[in-house]
Amino acid sequence: MPESGPGARAPWARRTLLQREEARELLIPVLAVVLALLLGAVLVLIGGKSPVAAYSALLRGAFGGTGNMAETLINITPLIFTGLSVAFSFRCGLFNIGAEGQLIMGQVVSAWAGFALAGLPAVVHMPLALLAGVAAGAIWGAVPGYLKARLGVHEVINTIMMNYIALYLSHYLVIGPLKAPGPLPVTPTIAPAARLWRFLPPTRLHLGVILAVAAVWLVYCLLFRTTIGYEIRAVGQSQEAARYGGISVRRNIVLAMVISGGLAGAAGAVQVLGLQYKFLDIFSFTGYGFDGIAVALLGRNHPLGVLVAACLFGTLARGAILMQSIARIPKEIIGIVQATIVLVVAADEIIRRFIMPRRKAAAAGQASATGAEGGADHGA
Amino acid sequence: MEKGVCALIAHDRPPVVEMRGITVTFPGVVANDNVSIEVYPGEILALLGENGAGKTTLMNVLYGLYRPDQGEIRVGGKPVTISDPKDAIKLGIGMVHQHFMLIPPFSVAENIVLGTEPVGAGGVLDLGRAFRDVTDLSAKYGLTVDPAARVENISVGMQQRVEILKVLYRGAEVLILDEPTAVLTPQEVDELAAIMRNLASQGESIIFITHKLKEVMAISDRVAVLRRGKVVGTVPTRETTPEDLARMMVGRDVVLSIDKGPARAGDVVLRVEDIQVKSARGLPAVRGVSFEVRAGEIVGVAGIEGNGQSELVEALTGLRKVASGRITVVGREITNRPPREVIGKGVGHIPEDRQRRGLILSFSIAENLILERYHQPPFARGINLDFREVRAYARKVISEFDVRTPGENLRVGSLSGGNQQKVVVARELSLEPRLLIASQPTRGLDVGAIEFVHRRLVAQRDRGKAILLVSLELDEIMSLADRILVLYEGRIVGSMKAEEATEAEIGFLMAGGRQRQDTRAGGERDARVGSRREGAMGAAHPATT
Repeated sequence: MPESGPGARAPWARRTLLQREEARELLIPVLAVVLALLLGAVLVLIGGKSPVAAYSALLRGAFGGTGNMAETLINITPLIFTGLSVAFSFRCGLFNIGAEGQLIMGQVVSAWAGFALAGLPAVVHMPLALLAGVAAGAIWGAVPGYLKARLGVHEVINTIMMNYIALYLSHYLVIGPLKAPGPLPVTPTIAPAARLWRFLPPTRLHLGVILAVAAVWLVYCLLFRTTIGYEIRAVGQSQEAARYGGISVRRNIVLAMVISGGLAGAAGAVQVLGLQYKFLDIFSFTGYGFDGIAVALLGRNHPLGVLVAACLFGTLARGAILMQSIARIPKEIIGIVQATIVLVVAADEIIRRFIMPRRKAAAAGQASATGAEGGADHGA
Repeated sequence: MEKGVCALIAHDRPPVVEMRGITVTFPGVVANDNVSIEVYPGEILALLGENGAGKTTLMNVLYGLYRPDQGEIRVGGKPVTISDPKDAIKLGIGMVHQHFMLIPPFSVAENIVLGTEPVGAGGVLDLGRAFRDVTDLSAKYGLTVDPAARVENISVGMQQRVEILKVLYRGAEVLILDEPTAVLTPQEVDELAAIMRNLASQGESIIFITHKLKEVMAISDRVAVLRRGKVVGTVPTRETTPEDLARMMVGRDVVLSIDKGPARAGDVVLRVEDIQVKSARGLPAVRGVSFEVRAGEIVGVAGIEGNGQSELVEALTGLRKVASGRITVVGREITNRPPREVIGKGVGHIPEDRQRRGLILSFSIAENLILERYHQPPFARGINLDFREVRAYARKVISEFDVRTPGENLRVGSLSGGNQQKVVVARELSLEPRLLIASQPTRGLDVGAIEFVHRRLVAQRDRGKAILLVSLELDEIMSLADRILVLYEGRIVGSMKAEEATEAEIGFLMAGGRQRQDTRAGGERDARVGSRREGAMGAAHPATT
C-alpha cells in the first residue's frame, strides 16, 4: 500500500497561486503575452527606436478607424476556425497539424462550388458552397483519422503528408481542370449568389466573422454539452477508461478528425466566399493552419480561449503592418513576440506534463508506490 | 513467546536510534508533525498507519532522503545529521525499499557487494572474496542464498533476501523494511518473519513499515501507530489487540471481521467454458479456464500477480478477445462482445487500476459517475447531455456512498485514493449489475475504506447478485469469498469452499503446488494439500482479521 507522496496528499490543502490548476490555466498565457510584449519593447529599444511609438503605431494599425478594425477582424476570422480545429483534435488527444491542408481543400472546393453551380439562388448557393468547403476539409481530416484508428499510424505524420498532397493537388487543379481563362493560376470568380454578405461597406468585413463566433459557441456546446463531446473528451483523456466505459475509441478518433478537418475547411471556405471570391494559387501554405496550432496552444484548447488567442494573434499581425509603415519598425519584431508567446506557453506545458509529474513521482517513488502497482505492468 | 522476552531484555539497554520531535512539511502539507520514536537493540518495531500517515516519510528522514524541518536524530545516544543515504549507511542504518534496487543480469554476490566491492591487487574486483563474504554473511544470519545465481532467475522472496543481505553487508545495525510483505506469497511472508526474528536475536534492530495488522501482531515486539503525521501511540505488541491498533490507526472503531452469513447460491449467472486468452505480448495468459459464478455468491480468484488474472478479467468484460472458449451471462453469449454490450447484459466491473482504467482523472466526479450511462436517459436526450440531471444524480450517489468531497464538480483526480475508489464502486453498484467483477477492489486503500468496500460487496451478494472477486490479498479472498479458485500460470489449480480452505493450502497452490484430489474431475470436492507445511506465522497466530 502506498504512502501517498507529498504532492498527492491533502487534496484541498492550501497551495500557492502557481500550483493551482485553474489559476495557472489563465495566468500562464497572460504572463506569456506580457513577457513577449516586454521582450519586443526591449528589442525595439536596442534598435534605437521608441517602444511606445512602436506599440501605439501597432494599436492604431489594428484599431484606428473603422477600416482598420474591419481588416483586423478579417484577419482574426480564419484564425478562429483553424484554432478551433486544432483545439478540437487536441481534445481527443490528437495533434492535427493538417489544418493547413484541410484549409486549402476548403478553399478549392468552395471556390469550385461558387462558380460551377452558378444560377442557384443565394439562399441555397451560399450555404451550399460553404458546406462544400467544410466537407472537403472534413474528408481531408478523415483520412489521417481513419489511418490512426484502424492502423495506428501517427496522425502527425499523416496530416503533414496530407498538407503537401493538398498543396500540390490545388496547384494541379488551378492550372488544369479548374483554371479560369487567362495566364494566372486561378479559378473563375464565384457567382455573386455564393458570396458571404459584406455587412459594413465600404469595408470588406463579411459574414464570416459572425460565423466564426457562432462556431466558437457551437464547438463549446458540442464539447461540453453533448454526448459526442463527452465521448471525444473521454477518449482524449484516457483511451483505457473510455474503452472500459463502452466508448468506441476508433470511432471517436475518426469523428474528431472529421470535425477538426471540417472546421479548418470552413476557414478556407470563408476566405474564398467572403474575401477572395476565387482560389488563387499562391504557391505556398497560407500559414493560417499553422498559426491555428499556436492559437489553440495559447487558448488552452478551450473554445473561448481560442477566441481570445485568435483575436490577439490577428491583431498583432494586422497591427504589425502599420507599425512597419508608420513607425518604420520591422514587422518581424511582432513575429518574435508571437514566437515568444508560443515558447512560454509550450514551456509551461512541458513543465506540467513531463517535469512536474516526474518530480512528484520521484518524491513519492522513493517512499511509496505499492509493490502491487509497480508490478502491474509485467503481469503476463 | 520468546519475542516478548526479547523485548524485555532490549529495554534494559539504551536505544540505538532515537528520533525526537521530527517535523517534515511539504508545500501545504505537514507529513510528520513532531514525531518521536525510538528503537532498541535487537528489537522489531512496527510502524503502522494508513496511507499518507507519514510512515515512509519518517523513514526517509532517517535514511537521509528528506531533511526534517525540525527535530533531532540520535544514533547510539549521540545527535547526528543525516543528509544523504551515505551518512545513514555510515551510521549503520540500512533501508530495503519496496521496489527492489537490484541489477537483474548480475549475480547475487555481485549485487550484494555493489558499491562497496572488495578490491584486490591492481584495483581488480576480487570476486572470490565477494563470494566468500556473501557466503559467510548468509550463514551468519541464516539467510540462505546462492551467491552465483543471477538475480533475474530467482524468486521475489529470494530477491528480498538479497536486498537484506546487501544492507547487512554494509554493516547495518538498524534495518528499515518498507512494506516488505507486499510482494510476497504467504509462505514467503512466513519465511521473512523467521528471518526478521533471527536477525533481531543476533542484535539487529528492525523497523518495518506496514499497514497489515496481522503482520504487526505476528512479527513485531513493539508498534508505533501513526495517524495524519502524528504518533498516536507506541505500545508493546503483546499488550495490544488488532482491534485496538485499528482504532488507533483510523481514529474510530473499525469492524475487522466481516459479518456475513452463509451464501444462498441461486442460478448460474456467469459461465466460463474453457477460455484461452493471450496477453498483450501475444503469449498465452489464460490457458483453458472453466468455472461458474452463481447468483448470491462471491467467488474469489486467488493467485500471485501475473498468473493470468488481469487477462481473465479483461476477457470477461469485453476488453480483451478470447482466443477460444465461451462466456455466457444468464445464458446469453458475451464472448468477444464489445464492452458496452457486456455492460448492457448486466456486468459491472471494478477494474484493478482505478486511475488508468476506472476513472478519467481530469473529469469531474459527476462526469465519471456516468461513464457507462451518459448516452442513456435521463442523462442524454438525443445528443444533449442534461447536466442538471447528471449533477443531481451525482449528488445522490455521493451521499449514498459517502464520498468525501466538497462537491460533485471536483476533479476526481484531486480526491484521495479511498474516495476515488468509492466513486468507482458507487458507479458500478449503481448499475445494478447481475454480475459484479471486482478486481483488486481494495488495492491501495486504508482500513476504513477497505471496510466500506467489503461491506458493499457482501451487501451486493446478499441481494442475490453474483460476484467474482479477483485479489492478490489472500486475506481478502479468505474473508469475503464463498468459493475460492486458485489461478496459477493461467490455469485453475485449485477450487474449494471457503470454509474448508486454509491459508497454507491456498498459498501452496498459489506457488505452483498441486492439489491432491480424490478424482481428477472433482474440482469442487474436499481437497487436501500435498505437503503439510504449517506456516510459522499461521501457527503462532491464527488469522486475526
